[in-house]
Amino acid sequence: MSDDVIQAEGLGVQLGGQQILTGIDLSVGRGEVLALLGANGSGKSTLVRALLGIVPIASGSVRLLDSPLGRSAPWERIGYVPQRLPGSAGVPASALEVVTAGLLNGHRLRPPRDARVRALTALEEVGLTDKACSPVHELSGGQQQRVLIARALVRRPELLVLDEPTSGIDIPTQQTFVDAVLRLHDGGATVVVILHELGPFAPLIERAVVLRHGRIAHDGAPPHARDEHATLGHDHTHAHPGPTPRPTGPTLSVEVNL
Amino acid sequence: MSWIETFTSMLGSPLMQRAFLAAVLVGAAAPVVGTFLVQRRMSLMGDGIGHVALTGVALGWLVGNWTGLAPHDALAVPGAVVMAILGSVVIELVRERGRTNGDLALALMFYGGIAGGVLLIKVAGGTNANLISYLFGSISTVSAADLAWTVVLAVLVLAVGVGLRSALFAVSHDEEFARASGLPVRLLNMLIATIAALTVTVAMRVVGLLLVSALMIVPVAVAQLYARSFSRTMAVASGIGVAVSIVGLTITYWEDFPPGATIVVLAILVYGVASTLRPFLRRSQPAGDPHPDVSDDVLIADSAAD
Repeated sequence: MSDDVIQAEGLGVQLGGQQILTGIDLSVGRGEVLALLGANGSGKSTLVRALLGIVPIASGSVRLLDSPLGRSAPWERIGYVPQRLPGSAGVPASALEVVTAGLLNGHRLRPPRDARVRALTALEEVGLTDKACSPVHELSGGQQQRVLIARALVRRPELLVLDEPTSGIDIPTQQTFVDAVLRLHDGGATVVVILHELGPFAPLIERAVVLRHGRIAHDGAPPHARDEHATLGHDHTHAHPGPTPRPTGPTLSVEVNL
Repeated sequence: MSWIETFTSMLGSPLMQRAFLAAVLVGAAAPVVGTFLVQRRMSLMGDGIGHVALTGVALGWLVGNWTGLAPHDALAVPGAVVMAILGSVVIELVRERGRTNGDLALALMFYGGIAGGVLLIKVAGGTNANLISYLFGSISTVSAADLAWTVVLAVLVLAVGVGLRSALFAVSHDEEFARASGLPVRLLNMLIATIAALTVTVAMRVVGLLLVSALMIVPVAVAQLYARSFSRTMAVASGIGVAVSIVGLTITYWEDFPPGATIVVLAILVYGVASTLRPFLRRSQPAGDPHPDVSDDVLIADSAAD
């Protein structure tokens, strides 16, 4: 029995006739917090989706928690947080119902008896107790993200996979994500998180995998921010001082006589 | 004769008893399936299946003729069931492949189904008039055998639709997450397609193939105006389905209206009233600022400092 939670060997993925991922070898050990970095279109999301069996694998193999991907994988121990909720559906669904869906998996098609209590606890953990009965499409973007993380947490996952949890999200919700990851990590869970920049996750990340053109370009310590950007309390938002650009053409001036 | 007497005589007639049992079952089952279809944005799927089922009806006739069965149409309902399931599975496969040409595939099915039905019924030695009762329903001619079919299929649809509603909801609401949970997504999708096909054939005798979809979709359209959750939408829609079926059928006992059309018009009237009254009846939102206070609110530069 290996101690690896994720084991991918020679993983290749083709979508729409295009080779998206090539020869990915990745093993993630128990309790690791791994960041997947890379530019847009580098294959981060596809890698995660292939690891979880959402997109078909063209070549290579994937093992999750020591079982091959498929019916027998221990789905009840794996949590997935997608980037966003699917577009508005025709029928309202309450936050509680969406979170309860997280209790279903390949081995369980009907929710357990204590589904309601567990779903409410998960919603409480992300601070949405009062929104349990609200339709999800009436919630704000940040609140919808919290519902999605509650849906993953309700399983008490041993492996949590998050797809860009912090993109376009306000700071309090980002903190909810970081807190949730921290709690799971303290409990011994393994976390794989797709990020654009380390941001609030920076102190947690132990290992970073950088993808470029569908291949692993770097696997090791997380990259450090450059120079003064790394210092604590550095203000990333600032104006760009400099001379006012010279006008490039004939200027037009208008005089108004009152 | 007082209206109470009329009422008891209506309930006393075995014909009406059969018709009521069929209407109640169809009225309850159709919106349950409709809730999943609306959730998946496939409201017209029932219509597509209905058209294909017509070919099945004609095919049933044809086979019945060949084998020399006593009533010509003994195989009409089984034929419709087979073709409807086939058609719905094809629609589902097209949807799975990619959404771009699903619309076109559905259209091809609509027209192929109707044309095939009209053509085959002629080959079987029937006329288009024989198809009319399937197209528009003829609940007043429900036979004991028809009723048996209706009861079995409707109970099956209700058992699957209600019993597995959490899993079917999960796969309809977020297919990607369902895949990432190891749910048998394809099986569940096919299950929805199959119970939709069964509902169409069950409802065929009550409202007719052309109006089946209305009984699946319109009660859901009413329910989602007010409901705030999926299961509530399903329960309310099912209740509305039963109510309009009973009221519609009762009206046709007094007036010589076609039952299927009466039931559907009633359902649409209910939708009209419900959507008009919605602004007045909808539970008011709890008071309070809908905008939460966040610590990283936008900093507004002091324009006076310029």
